Amino acid sequence: MAGIVGYGAFIPRHRIRSEEIARQWGKDAAAIKRGLVLEEKSVPGIDEDTITISVEAARDAVERAGIDPIKIGAVYIGSESHPYAVKPSGTVVVDALGIGPEVHVADFEFACKAGTEAMFVALGLVESGRVEYALAIGADTSQGAPNDALEFSASAGGAAYIFGKRDLLVDVLETYSYTSDTPDFWRREGRFYPRHGGRFTGEPAYFRHVTSATRGILKKTGMNPEDFKYAVFHMPNGKFPQQAAKRLGFTKEQMETGLVVVKMGNTYSGSSPTGLAAILDVADPGDKILLTSFGSGAGSDSFVLQATELLPQRRTTGRKVWSMLDTPLRYVTYGEYAKLREKIILND
Amino acid sequence: MPSPGYWRGIPSRLRLEAVRCSSCENVVYPSRRICPHCHGTKWEPAELSRTGEVVTSTVVHVAPDDFAMEAPYVLALIETPEGARLMLQVTDCELNEIGPGTAVNLEFRRIRAEGNSGILCYGFKAVPAG
Repeated sequence: MAGIVGYGAFIPRHRIRSEEIARQWGKDAAAIKRGLVLEEKSVPGIDEDTITISVEAARDAVERAGIDPIKIGAVYIGSESHPYAVKPSGTVVVDALGIGPEVHVADFEFACKAGTEAMFVALGLVESGRVEYALAIGADTSQGAPNDALEFSASAGGAAYIFGKRDLLVDVLETYSYTSDTPDFWRREGRFYPRHGGRFTGEPAYFRHVTSATRGILKKTGMNPEDFKYAVFHMPNGKFPQQAAKRLGFTKEQMETGLVVVKMGNTYSGSSPTGLAAILDVADPGDKILLTSFGSGAGSDSFVLQATELLPQRRTTGRKVWSMLDTPLRYVTYGEYAKLREKIILND
Repeated sequence: MPSPGYWRGIPSRLRLEAVRCSSCENVVYPSRRICPHCHGTKWEPAELSRTGEVVTSTVVHVAPDDFAMEAPYVLALIETPEGARLMLQVTDCELNEIGPGTAVNLEFRRIRAEGNSGILCYGFKAVPAG
C-alpha cells in the first residue's frame, strides 16, 4: 500500500483583517465576517511566492520523511499563481531541495484543486512502482481583484506531501474524482485577476462537486461520515465547507481542526492540503480522515486516509499549521497590503 | 547579476552548500579555493543549518533599484552554528528588533527579479526566530 511518508506546510506571517479590507471599500465588516466567516487572511511578503512557499513546506516534508531527497522521482506543484508563465516552479524547488536531476517535474493547474491533483498523480506513480517517492505540493499566492468579494479570502500558503510505500505516516485507503464543465470561476490568459459567477459558484459548482465526490468515495469504500475522526473540504470561505459538511452528515467536531480558512483565508491550491496538514499535526494512530478538494471549472478529488503509528513521532520536527496561524503575525494596513501584492502601478 | 551568474551560484544560493577546510576544520561560505583561516586548499562539503545568530547589522534606507520596494530593510552578518558567516537580508521583522545576538532562522525567499520580464532570483533571507 502507498501513502504519505512526509508532510509539511508553510503560511506567510503577514495578515490583514477583514475589517481593514471592508474599511477601504466602505463595506459593512460585520456583514462580511458573518457572511463569509472570515476573520483575517495571510498575505505574502514582497519576497514570497508559490516557489518560496513550496520550498519551505517541502523542506519540512523531507525532514519528517527522513529520506534522502535524491530518491524523490517526481515533483508536481499545483498552483494558479506560478511565478513564471513559462518555466516550471518545480525546477527551482528540486534544485533548492537537492532533488534530481533524475526527476520528473511538472506544474499543475486546476484552479483550487491543483494541489490534490498533484497528490493524486504522485500517489499513482508510487503505487505503480514507476518512482520510489513522489512529492506533491499545493501552494498559492492567490489573486483577488480589489473591491471584489474574493479580496476578503484570497491568501497565501501551501502544503507538501511525499508519497512512498515504506514507513507510512498516513495510509491512503481510497481516492475518487468528480469533474464536469462548470464555468463558475476562471482567469483568461493574460488577465491579472480571476472572474467568477457570484452565486453561481455555490450550488452548481462547489456544492455539487464536493458533495458528489464525497458521496462517491463513501459509496466506494462502504464508509459513513461517523467512521471518520476528521474531515476537511476545500475552503473558499468559512461558510461553504461547513454547509457542505452539514449536508453530508459530518459534524462540527470533525471539521474544526482542518477549518483553517477562518484565520488563514483561501490559499486556493493550498487550501484543503493545508487543512489536512493541520489535522495530521494532531491525529492519533488509526484516525480516519476524509479530504475533498474543489477546483473551479470544475472538479473535486476525494481521499480516505488513515493515520499510522509512525505519525506522532515523525511530526515532532517541522512547523505546525495552527502554530503558524497563531504566531508570529504581522498585521498590515490596506496600503501596505496593496504594496505587498504589487497592486500599485510604478514607473519602470 | 545576469542570469548565467545566478545559475552558477545555485548550489550556494539555493542549497546553502558550504565547504569545510580539511586542515583547520573551519566552515566557509560560499566555497572558495584558499582557506581564509589557514590558507589550506583541500575542502570537504559542509551543510549549513537553517538557523543562526546576528553578528552585526545595519539598516539600508537608500537601496539599489531592485530592492527599492523593500527599503528600509535590515542587512545582517549571520553566523550559523557551523561557524560560517553569511551576509543576508533580514525580513518579516521590525527594523529595531534586530541586533547582535538576535536568533534567526534562514528561509527560502525571492531575492530579486531581473526587471519586469527577466528571471526571478531566489536564495535565503533571515527571519527572527520564534
